[in-house]
Amino acid sequence: MDYRTSETLVGPRSEDALPASAAAAVKIVIVGGFGVGKTTMVGSVSEIRPLTTEETMTQAGVGVDDIAGVERKTETTVAMDFGRISLNEQLVLYLFGTPGQERFWFLWNGLFEGALGAVVLIDTRRLEVSFDVLGRLEERGVPFVVAINAFPGAPVHPVDELRAALDLPDAVPIIDCDARDRGSSRDTLLTLVSYLQHLTTVTPETP
Amino acid sequence: MSRTGKGTDEGGPERLYLVDGGPGRSQRADTIELVSLIVARAEPEPGMLPEAAAVLRMCHFPLSVAEISAYLTLPVSTVTVLLADLLAHRQVEARAPVPAAVLPDTELLQAVMHGLQNL
Ligand SMILES: Nc1nc2c(ncn2[C@@H]2O[C@H](COP(=O)(O)OP(=O)(O)OP(=O)(O)O)[C@@H](O)[C@H]2O)c(=O)[nH]1
Ligand SMILES: [Mg+2]
Repeated sequence: MDYRTSETLVGPRSEDALPASAAAAVKIVIVGGFGVGKTTMVGSVSEIRPLTTEETMTQAGVGVDDIAGVERKTETTVAMDFGRISLNEQLVLYLFGTPGQERFWFLWNGLFEGALGAVVLIDTRRLEVSFDVLGRLEERGVPFVVAINAFPGAPVHPVDELRAALDLPDAVPIIDCDARDRGSSRDTLLTLVSYLQHLTTVTPETP
Repeated sequence: MSRTGKGTDEGGPERLYLVDGGPGRSQRADTIELVSLIVARAEPEPGMLPEAAAVLRMCHFPLSVAEISAYLTLPVSTVTVLLADLLAHRQVEARAPVPAAVLPDTELLQAVMHGLQNL
């Protein structure tokens, strides 16, 4: 079989095409530890079947040879799920669900740059996996909300205990969500957008 | 992590190098972002890289760089180089994402809010 024949068919199904009027896009990134429901959330609100994009990252190796001055570099391909929501005839929202390997999220140039904000999905059985990402988002000035994904058997903590455990400022919304549910996932995104609106209207706080 | 998308997957390392264009990459690459919307402005020509021809065919309607990367199963950086060349030859148009301000403006957020409420 000639593999090239398949190339003519590459691309979106006709029902997945954006209107010709689509003029600009915005993005929101969904982050969180391994298996916390990122892909599920992307899928539950996306208007297209979620797709996978990938990027090749070059990382300086850990074993740096000082004497020879040779740095080992490793190439890794990182795959990222994403979905799409047409907000109106001109504006399109893309949702990116980061893969489980946290150390790559912030190496992906252009993933967080220009993002409206992020949703941090949290599994209360494994709070510690979120510490690093929360710190990095704060460091980069990416606004975020925290969504607690309700897994069966997960411990239920009062919100103020969670806030303390995660060391989050009072202003950062913490909400419950079920990533499998379209309405709940949409509400999580709406919480992020109202928080962003709040940030734009609030006067810069004095520390 | 392995590739999970479907599409052309015949590209070995040599082929990817070709698509990358080797040294001397185009300057235009930095104007292309993950969610830039690409629209074809020309028909595929004989002798074109198959990947470039595929881009022109799939971008009859606007399509993000991320989607193109997914359908071609090529890394975003490779697709970006491919698109930079097509842009330089005016074979595609790129619609920039809403510019990243320190904070997004109220009108934009209002539009996002309304769009989500209509879901
Ligand atoms: N009970 C419950 N299960 C969920 C929820 N969200 C996801 N799951 C389940 O949890 C499992 C993992 O979900 P994924 O969406 O693949 O998680 P992920 O964060 O994308 O995982 P990685 O990409 O591997 O890090 C799946 O079996 C989901 O069905 C939720 O809100 N509640
Ligand atoms: Mg996933």
